[in-house]
Amino acid sequence: MNVLKSFFLHYNKILFVTLGYFIFISDIAFAEGEATHSEPDYIALLFVFMLSTFIGLGVVTRVSRLLHTPLMSLTNAISAIAVVGSLILTGMDHPDYITILGAIALFASMTNIVSGFMITDRMLKMFKSKETKKS
Amino acid sequence: MIYSVIQFAYIIATALFIFSLHWMKDPKTARHGVFAGIAAMTVAIVSTLLEPGIVNWEWISVAIVLGFIVGVPLSKVPLTAVPQRTALSHAFGGLAAGLVGTAKYYLWLETPADLTIFRMIAIIAEIILGFLTFTGSLMAAGKLQEIKWIPQRPVTYRGQNIINLGLLGIAMIGGIAVIVNPVQYAFIFPVIIVLALLFGVLLVIPIGGADMPTVISLLNSYAGLSAVAMGFVLDNKLLVTAGALDGSSGLILSIIMCKAMNRSFTNVLFGAFGQVQAVKAGSETRTVKQETSEGAAQILEQASKVVIVPGYGMAVAQAQYRIRELYDLLTKQGVDVKFAIHPVAGRMPGHMNVLLAEAKIPYEQLVEMDDINSDMPQVDVVIVVGANDVVNPAARSDKTSPIFGMPIIDADKAKMCFAIKRSMNPGFAGIENDLYFAERTFMLFGDAKAVIGELVKELSASQAS
Repeated sequence: MNVLKSFFLHYNKILFVTLGYFIFISDIAFAEGEATHSEPDYIALLFVFMLSTFIGLGVVTRVSRLLHTPLMSLTNAISAIAVVGSLILTGMDHPDYITILGAIALFASMTNIVSGFMITDRMLKMFKSKETKKS
Repeated sequence: MIYSVIQFAYIIATALFIFSLHWMKDPKTARHGVFAGIAAMTVAIVSTLLEPGIVNWEWISVAIVLGFIVGVPLSKVPLTAVPQRTALSHAFGGLAAGLVGTAKYYLWLETPADLTIFRMIAIIAEIILGFLTFTGSLMAAGKLQEIKWIPQRPVTYRGQNIINLGLLGIAMIGGIAVIVNPVQYAFIFPVIIVLALLFGVLLVIPIGGADMPTVISLLNSYAGLSAVAMGFVLDNKLLVTAGALDGSSGLILSIIMCKAMNRSFTNVLFGAFGQVQAVKAGSETRTVKQETSEGAAQILEQASKVVIVPGYGMAVAQAQYRIRELYDLLTKQGVDVKFAIHPVAGRMPGHMNVLLAEAKIPYEQLVEMDDINSDMPQVDVVIVVGANDVVNPAARSDKTSPIFGMPIIDADKAKMCFAIKRSMNPGFAGIENDLYFAERTFMLFGDAKAVIGELVKELSASQAS
């Protein structure tokens, strides 16, 4: 576990840069093919998944243990990124029942975003150190 | 052109999400993390709305407004209810993923050429993960909220694991059939949804309160993974990156929780901890020593190093504000007061830290189990408030104990220990706590809030005189 940890500590930044670069390049390269309904470039997607999982593991292992509850509500809000998928589904001109499913999904994600970020901030405000209390 | 702009915005959003988690490494910078997260989410939403072809603005605005109407009150719940709220939002996350997957499948069913194998695998993964997270988290939230018709105690029956795994197996086989031939086996799709919903319920039913931290973390991970699967379905990299961040965070938290209980994932999910121990409890009667709050206060006055070990009982009794008063009084007398936090104390990871921070106890005083145990022999008084299994020395010594091997806070190694407890009823799973019978342990019977209130009264009276 410790070996893994030190690996993440040092290679985090490199992984991060690689990920950004990779997404950028692959997007430029595949921008043209997007109009057709062909198979998505799943190798690129799996690549992105693998790299971002490693970055996630690296960043989260370093999160202060004091903050595990706020961490969970923050990642809750972050995974409500499903809002992007729900928006596209709701917004496009689809049959009504699809729009309704999308709208429910959009509502659920929006609830998570709002309550997730607000409660995280509320909890984090409470963590005070000795010095800040005196001032 | 607009496609590149949107994708570029997604890259920025991903970077901001990573910074958001990065800033959580320290309580001092943690609030930046929230702002980075909000910024990332705003960028993501606004750029998605640029997507050509979005026409249903009424539906979008109604859903967003409703999201705010429900979300704002959900963020104002008391902090003792945070575990329920978290479970509930996992449920919402799972629901969103499941619904989007379902909608996409039926949409593509009209143009079956779009249902490629990769997309189908992603859709099946998305709906199974999404819907099992939905019902599983609802059950968890119900148990935590102590809703009447949901049993708090672990529910176990014969062949439970076989039934659970069988259900999941059937869902998987059905999934493979639909993946291989999405059009012909379209009728199996709703069956998979029902099985996933059912599996979620059955998965959480045998889970008791003390296992909740692990289960909540695991559901957190599932919610993230279902967002990743949605990213695969929609060919959207932002969904993949953000979902993976959530998934790995949940994974790490569950590993930490499992380690802190010396159990494996399979053991937590399929171990059905609850039933086995009832036989052992009460087989022998040993006597405990009792102390009055007056006596305890006198001893506390002489102490120079005090450690408080909070547990879920503190949250139940809402004793954290009284503890804060006690902390203030003792600190004023020059006593060094620390709080020993076990990773699984409470009902979710870090639960105790948040409650104590709410009571305005400086976070420097909150110490991890591993860091405080070496100091324990020098500690004059340990006060155990509503914690039980996490201070049970049987975990170190008694090989027959079900919690043997679990790392504990060595409260028994301190010079003296006060355990505040309502009665001698054994806690979760009915494991007797050897700490209460130890030579240097004295019991303070009563409600945690009331007992600490009395201690505060005694201490402030003697301080005044």
